[in-house]
Amino acid sequence: MLNDLTFGQYFPANSLIHRLDPRLKFVLLVFCLVLFLFFNNNYYTLGLCVVFVFLVLLLSKIPLKMYLKNMKIILPVLLFTAVLNMLYVKTGRVLLNWWIFEITSDGLNRALFFSLRVVLLILISATLTYTVTPNDLSEALERLLSPLRFVGLGSAVHVLSMMMTIALRFIPILVEETGKIMNAQKSRGADLESGGLTARIKALVPILIPLFVLSIRRSYDLAEAMECRCYNGGKGRKRMKQMTLHRRDYLSLLAVLLFSAVLIYLFYTSKGLV
Amino acid sequence: MSILSVNHVCYTYSPNTPFVTTAVKDVSFSVNKGEIFGIIGHTGSGKSTLLQLLNGLLKPTSGQILLNGTDIWEKPKEIRKIRSHIGLVFQYPEYQLFEETVLADISFGPKNMGLNEEQAKEAALRAAETMGVQEELLNQSPFDLSGGEKRRVAIAGVMAMEPEIIVFDEPTAGLDPIGRETVLSALMQYRADHNATVILVSHSMEDMALICDHIMVMNSGENVMLDTVPGIFRQAERLSEIGLAVPYVTSVLLGLKKKGLPVSTDCFTVDEAVHELLRLAGKEADHA
Repeated sequence: MLNDLTFGQYFPANSLIHRLDPRLKFVLLVFCLVLFLFFNNNYYTLGLCVVFVFLVLLLSKIPLKMYLKNMKIILPVLLFTAVLNMLYVKTGRVLLNWWIFEITSDGLNRALFFSLRVVLLILISATLTYTVTPNDLSEALERLLSPLRFVGLGSAVHVLSMMMTIALRFIPILVEETGKIMNAQKSRGADLESGGLTARIKALVPILIPLFVLSIRRSYDLAEAMECRCYNGGKGRKRMKQMTLHRRDYLSLLAVLLFSAVLIYLFYTSKGLV
Repeated sequence: MSILSVNHVCYTYSPNTPFVTTAVKDVSFSVNKGEIFGIIGHTGSGKSTLLQLLNGLLKPTSGQILLNGTDIWEKPKEIRKIRSHIGLVFQYPEYQLFEETVLADISFGPKNMGLNEEQAKEAALRAAETMGVQEELLNQSPFDLSGGEKRRVAIAGVMAMEPEIIVFDEPTAGLDPIGRETVLSALMQYRADHNATVILVSHSMEDMALICDHIMVMNSGENVMLDTVPGIFRQAERLSEIGLAVPYVTSVLLGLKKKGLPVSTDCFTVDEAVHELLRLAGKEADHA
């Protein structure tokens, strides 16, 4: 069960997307999300977005299977909303009329655009989490937010990023600890796999209590270890690894800008469907 | 008669991903009823994975584990029953404590086996006694105990299920000398009381030499040596090749031999070594 937790997991590979600067990747991701959501309302723009995302996926050299695994989790939600969209939109040409159901062209378009947008958003976000290690990501965020120091929020940015780094760092540890505790309780005969809802929730108690105790103890230990090494916030700290933009970063930026120019042109020149 | 036999067991973690690792490779051995069977190997040699395979927490990728001649995975739905026959005490078991009182925590296992309140309490009291958990501790919160006490309570939690085979993963790690001795003697006590079989993983060669009948050496997932205690510890060079050592006393005797003393290096416990050194000094052993 815990092995299926792929979302937000770094997937090592040697690709252009992996090597891009994490800051740039983050900014481009946000930019793409905006484009997919707000500049995407006809078949031309939709097609362009799909092709773009597909190219990014191919460039990342991560097996498509990994992305599909991500999709599997949200597929039910997606289908459900698509069906609702199809049935509730009553405008447009009527395509099918059966019993109390009426499917119209607008409804079909709404369902198509809604679900494909979500799929695109998830796929493009997954490329970020698959190709950036959590630590690089939080460092990138800290750098991106660093201009806030000019309005006196410098230490807040550092604290926030440190908290994020710690939280991310502890996810795999907690997953591992949970696995260990589950195994220990299972070998004492705990039944985690069967029974009704209440039985299953009750069965979680022997896992959650040791997990909480352990986490609290860990945070004390960590705080002590940080203090022992004279940690006192972000003041005067320097980075061992410096982030610099390379030629590939500028080229990627250029490529995305080109894509956005074409997309925005198509958006304004074609008739919107949704 | 062998109570447990492991036939050509392999186990692979995360197959079909870049993280694929084979932790256990074609391991076979059998354990006789009533014996103490030791497993040694350095960190990452696959010992812990093997132990989880033994009590059905992991399913072998290939191969079989036979308990009294029956494959433990014959009925996958009843694997939970296997766990009451083969008890597993994890490394640092004190982290699994969760109940409000020590007694309730020890009774968790027996209750899961389907015993009623009264029977579970009796089993818990027996296990507590074997592990030397004092009566006044039984109604305290397990989180208020000292490290050594927690360890003993946690081990009692598995013992209370009264398994025929009990598997220990580093039961003495991080304990002081008295704690180690208490745990090891409780383990022997349990074996004597229940006519049980013990499988023990430890990094302490001294402990292993003292109590084991047979020892298996694992290296990168494979069973590389399997022999009696003298059979294993006579091969000091081979052990050090795979990052393990012989007991301290044996290495002292090996050193003496290197210096030219006509000493036998076939001693693996302190008592044996004392005996040997006294013999060498020409004294009677009973003066010691």
